Amino acid sequence: MSEHPPTPPGSQDVLLEMRDIVKVFPGVVALDHARLTVMKGEVHAIVGQNGAGKSTLMKVLNGAYRKDGGTIVLDGREVDFITPHQAQVGGISTIYQEINLVPFRSVAENIFMGREPRRFGLIDWPRMNREAREILAHFGIQLDVKQPLLNLNVALQQMVAIARAVSFGSKLVIMDEPTSSLDEREVATLFDAIHRLKASGVSVIYISHRLDELHEVGDNITIMRDGQTIEETSLASVSKLEIVARMLGKNIGELRREGTTGFAERKVDIESAPFYRAAHIEAEPVLRDASVELRKGEILGLSGLLGSGRTELARILFGADKPDQGSLTLDGKPSPIASPRDAIREGIGYCSEDRKAEGIIPEMSVRENLTLAALPTLTKNGIIDPNEQQAIVDRFVALLSIKTSDVEQPISQLSGGNQQKVLLARWLCLNPRLLLLDEPTRGIDVGAKAEIHHLIETLADEGMSVLMITSEIEEIVEGSNRVTVLRDGQTVAEFDRAQIGQDAIIAAMAEGSDPMPDTVEV
Amino acid sequence: MEAGELRQNAVDPSQNAYTRIAGAWLRGQGVLIALILVFLFGVWRYGDKFTSDFNLWTLAKNNTYFALIALGMTFVIMTGGIDLSVGAVVALSAVTAARLSPHGLWIALSAAIAVGLIVGVINGGIISIFKVQPFIVTLALLLGARGAALNLSNNASVSVDYASNYKDLWNTTIGVVPLPVVIVIVAYLLGSVMLNLTRFGRHILAIGGNEEAARLAGLPLNRTLFFVYLLSGGLAGLAGALLAAQGNTGSPIAAVGWELTAIAAVVVGGTLLTGGRGSVWTTLVGVLLLGLIFNELNFERGKGIFDLTQYWEEVIRGLFLLIVIILQSRLTNTARVTRSM
Repeated sequence: MSEHPPTPPGSQDVLLEMRDIVKVFPGVVALDHARLTVMKGEVHAIVGQNGAGKSTLMKVLNGAYRKDGGTIVLDGREVDFITPHQAQVGGISTIYQEINLVPFRSVAENIFMGREPRRFGLIDWPRMNREAREILAHFGIQLDVKQPLLNLNVALQQMVAIARAVSFGSKLVIMDEPTSSLDEREVATLFDAIHRLKASGVSVIYISHRLDELHEVGDNITIMRDGQTIEETSLASVSKLEIVARMLGKNIGELRREGTTGFAERKVDIESAPFYRAAHIEAEPVLRDASVELRKGEILGLSGLLGSGRTELARILFGADKPDQGSLTLDGKPSPIASPRDAIREGIGYCSEDRKAEGIIPEMSVRENLTLAALPTLTKNGIIDPNEQQAIVDRFVALLSIKTSDVEQPISQLSGGNQQKVLLARWLCLNPRLLLLDEPTRGIDVGAKAEIHHLIETLADEGMSVLMITSEIEEIVEGSNRVTVLRDGQTVAEFDRAQIGQDAIIAAMAEGSDPMPDTVEV
Repeated sequence: MEAGELRQNAVDPSQNAYTRIAGAWLRGQGVLIALILVFLFGVWRYGDKFTSDFNLWTLAKNNTYFALIALGMTFVIMTGGIDLSVGAVVALSAVTAARLSPHGLWIALSAAIAVGLIVGVINGGIISIFKVQPFIVTLALLLGARGAALNLSNNASVSVDYASNYKDLWNTTIGVVPLPVVIVIVAYLLGSVMLNLTRFGRHILAIGGNEEAARLAGLPLNRTLFFVYLLSGGLAGLAGALLAAQGNTGSPIAAVGWELTAIAAVVVGGTLLTGGRGSVWTTLVGVLLLGLIFNELNFERGKGIFDLTQYWEEVIRGLFLLIVIILQSRLTNTARVTRSM
């Protein structure tokens, strides 16, 4: 599919044209005369660092935000959607990073929510279920549409969201980071769905930080930086490196020298004896025989496919969940950790993969989120010392170059990369000896990613241990001193620095695994 | 060039910023504005009688018990919970205080507060240890406390001992300020300090904002929830003590539905029912607003122009509550719409 020649810009098959779009927030110009042109039936990629204006542009398009200037022409008519609902009726659907469906309701209900087919004023269940099956079959998916949505894995839930969008008769589907929580096989399913959309004449706007995917799935690309459109071109005519260079506003030579991740070669001696060790951990429903060891000053990569038990193991190390079987040993003694509080007392921190659900307190300010775990050390006679708190906040905002207009700003208004930095700072200000990082760079732009890589490495050099879970194999290969591989809840391989190689890790992750575990049969 | 101009306009720190800040502050103070308007209406329509020292102090005193339970409710709601038992606790502690009044003010008062704290311990203990929904737990305690009050009083009002100094709780004044009002002001001051300056206060908001994130950040979830319900129970106990002192009696069927009045005051004050955001002082303004409306309806009845039965008053109060809440959400709407997306 990706071999199709991109539709040349300027032909009359333009579906959407956004011109001179301006959007101003208090203190920030989010969009500064941004442009976007999408052809009929194309997959159009938009890339840019966090804060470049991609998401704002999409929200202006789908009616979540009102624009402050510019024009939007859809299918030859000027439009200005006031609500997402209007946009949907007008033919624009958005698939969000976090899936906006109702988990307890059935698949069919989710697809038809708000437009349930009726007979004599009552819901026509047989018809609704039948049509839901037909729509999904169009994407090559067969499943029981009467089961609650929460039974499905994230990828299938996303398919349901896409099916819903298509059943609205959308002309344009916006996908914002659709693959951020998918594993490789699920990504393939998604791409297949995108190709089917394209074949039926629907255009797709595809926003992703995973640049590798773009050439595989996209036709044309719009590159944004600082609220402006920097370049519009066909994907065939630019390399990945060129895209990164334009996004960052750097030249290609600089990037070549620095590599694609922010990790440099480390030559440090790591103590041979582990201080924290989990042996033969079993925990329903995922972990069956998982073991891991952590040594001072090392970056341990914990690798495995989605669902292999990586997050579950990290949560057990942090005391957030309890194992059914197996032993935890800390400093040579049985581990006293029974709760996150205990773990923190022992100098262990944990950054969850799900920032929104398990990391940030959205209503609270950057300052309060940053110092949340440190409050015990900031309290004198029961009263929080505001000066000391401010000093810590100032130090870490500067140290991690957290971009915020004001530390009193609610954290929910920050970009994903900056939220992640605040959460890292939440732990770093406690000076931990072990940091468990679950997908620390998910949904974060290239620039912030490299900064976080660099930071992890600096911390390890200073003697902190890091357990890093990531789906990006380059991060594991370039960043880890050692790699432990999980498959189906079992530790299946360990690699030392010298042995770490992409192919060996992938082989261990995939070897012998059941090829069909996440297609749900009817 | 144009872009540059735009950027400068957006961060322009001159007087525009002040009007913006003032605007933002006003938006947050919808309930205070409503209070002032309703007060001015009273001054205009009912004149001197309304603004008399007697009326205003009585108004303040008669809302002290609502203010106390609403304060406890504010913290409970900030954690994302609810405490339905407070009305029944008020009745139970009022009966307790009346029964123990022959032993003097301090014993009766301490016992009334202790009764509230006991209910709070049960609420908080079950909610934090067994992870049962606060709605259900406190509903059960509502029934239990009301039943205990009926038992303790043999289903009849208990009079406060005539010879006891218990009445002092209601009648003492410090300068010109009645003691119950002083108690409320001190309680709100302490509550405000606790919320804004102590770990406990920040934990309350963090848990209400995102419970799982708070747990993973190592906050003492169980302990915080426990103390929030304990506090709510204790304040309800104190409110019961004031009620008994006011009426010279402890009635087992008093204070029915007060938990809903308290919730209304908290919500009118702008604290989010889902938790995570709120303020102590706006709750007090909410209590005063509801009390003021009640007071003015009494004056209106006194004028006798409209034939206002008590039942119609209830309807009018309900309508007013709706109007204030709609106003409140309109005023804060701009901020919320952008956030929710």
